[in-house]
Amino acid sequence: MTFNRRLALGLGLAASLLGTSAMAQDPMRIALVAKSLGNGFFEAAARGAEEAAAELGNTEIIYTGPTSTTAEGQIEVINSLIAQRVDAIAISANDPDAVVPALQKAMQRGITVISWDSGVAPEGREMHLAPSSDALIGQTIIKLAADHLPEGGKVAVLSATSTSTNQNVWIAEMTKVMDQYPDIEVVATVYGDDLADKSYRETQGLIQTYPDLDAIIAPTSVGIVAAAQAVQDAGKVGQVNVTGLGLPSEMAGAIESGASKSFAIWNPVDLGYTAAMIAHALASDAASAEPGAEIATGRMGSVTLDDETSAAMSEPFTYDASNIDEFKSVF
Amino acid sequence: MIRSFVRSREAILLGALIALVLLVESRFSGFASPGNLAAVFNDTAILIMLALGQMLVILTRCIDLSLASNLALTGMVTAMLNAAVPGLPVVALIALAVTLGVVMGMVNGLLVWKLDIPPIVVTLGTLTIYRGLIFLISDGAWVNSHEMSAAYKALPRAELIGLPVLSWIALAVIAGFAVLVNRSALGRAFLAVGGNPHAAVYTGIDVGRTRFAAFAIAGGLAGLCGYLWVSRYAVAYVDVAGGFELDVVAACVIGGISIAGGLGTVGGAVLGALFLGTIKNALPVAGISPFWQLAISGAAIIIAVAFNARSSAKAGRLILRPESTA
Repeated sequence: MTFNRRLALGLGLAASLLGTSAMAQDPMRIALVAKSLGNGFFEAAARGAEEAAAELGNTEIIYTGPTSTTAEGQIEVINSLIAQRVDAIAISANDPDAVVPALQKAMQRGITVISWDSGVAPEGREMHLAPSSDALIGQTIIKLAADHLPEGGKVAVLSATSTSTNQNVWIAEMTKVMDQYPDIEVVATVYGDDLADKSYRETQGLIQTYPDLDAIIAPTSVGIVAAAQAVQDAGKVGQVNVTGLGLPSEMAGAIESGASKSFAIWNPVDLGYTAAMIAHALASDAASAEPGAEIATGRMGSVTLDDETSAAMSEPFTYDASNIDEFKSVF
Repeated sequence: MIRSFVRSREAILLGALIALVLLVESRFSGFASPGNLAAVFNDTAILIMLALGQMLVILTRCIDLSLASNLALTGMVTAMLNAAVPGLPVVALIALAVTLGVVMGMVNGLLVWKLDIPPIVVTLGTLTIYRGLIFLISDGAWVNSHEMSAAYKALPRAELIGLPVLSWIALAVIAGFAVLVNRSALGRAFLAVGGNPHAAVYTGIDVGRTRFAAFAIAGGLAGLCGYLWVSRYAVAYVDVAGGFELDVVAACVIGGISIAGGLGTVGGAVLGALFLGTIKNALPVAGISPFWQLAISGAAIIIAVAFNARSSAKAGRLILRPESTA
């Protein structure tokens, strides 16, 4: 089935490419290069890019990518996009360095190149759009817990491994903003090592050690699922709210059972939308990619480039019972 | 008989286990309550079953490193099948899991038996092959709790006379193994093959076939545990039980099962697994820094093994006695 779907996508893509090359050069053509085709996350991003194109007008989105997540496949795709003389390439790279020469060739031909989601080394792109920043993630995870604790309460953090850089930075950023939540107390940080069984056991330990625990923040996709299951099995649904970072497809059961009231992760639709907006702005010279520049991104507001010409889109998007059904089949 | 038990490895291990539970109780009251101990046993049930399977293999002077991958692959297959055909009865899925596990164990066994490849090499190979197969069949995607049927997830959690079904299954497996190892010809053959393969041949035991049987039984248990694991944690993904094979070997070693083969008991394997399981459950509640936890787990293993090595060391023959005792 996946093969058929890929084949259909490929054929559709080929048809659309043939179609566009025959058409007049009039509309601005932005290529959105995915890590691989047939992945719900990137298909949702493509929907967002189409939405941006419709808003901008006279813009065409070419959604493409290799059939498997390889840098070689992406290089072929880039070369064919150069041959088609698209106006802009927005890529989520399978390898930050391997695609650089091909992208440099594209930039020499006057094509605007940006990376999004998964970045490209600075010499291979004009700017990078990260889904979020460490600071925004840190602020979001504590806000998720605090939103359901108006009277304050005790929360614990279930992380991945104690040496995991991402998680540690996010937790540090969370700690920085804790003075905004005077009634919330972080009682413990435990490590589930991104293993379902250890995360489950650590959650049981938290529930036992802190009988009046109100929320568990797990900024890791394995941990949050295991914690939700442990809370459900312990009959603590409604008392302990599990939140953090997770994927809608993996968390749908936890939202349904009530073990998790809400959680967050980037919204691929917004990400594709913002990438297309930025690519359009740069390709039409409405903005330039230099440190400190601010680029307007339609309904998402604007982004500001840092010294490495990379920018963070927004804080992670919150998923709860109201939108989980829409996204659980997406990614 | 009581005296021989008191001096046995199992008694020492049981003493250590009780001491450990009391130590944790002193730091976190309530740990030694019957309800919590039952929860610890339930949490350790899968480790106990795999340790018993591993014990058979180790008894025959082999080792099976592919058990955790076998567990993960069968778990993924049952989860995907359940997601695709929710109406399929759980009993059928369990039968499939055990069959699949046995087949994977038989692959290990055949390679060791017919091609005479060292078991550590065979199972190191199948460890990665089985793990890779999970990626191939699932495309790296997870099977999540909302895709599993309620019946699929309910079985290990269902309570029967105060204990979850998962615990009862483990108890049944322990009882079955006690009979198999102590009261059946095949069970004695495992010990004979490991104790002295050459002598075993002269008594009419087919060494290769016995090892094959050990791998097949261990594989079947891993398959059963595959279903139990995935349904207990309600999630199946490529890395399920990653690194668990080492826990299983550690449980056996702590339980006094000699890596050199031919030496070990069902009670030892169960106690070894319980010892490791108690440490795993105690560390989160004992208020010990997570940075120390790994070191403590590792130290417990080394101490247990050092203890076993000392107690099983044969005393040298005394040729000259000091005059005073003569």
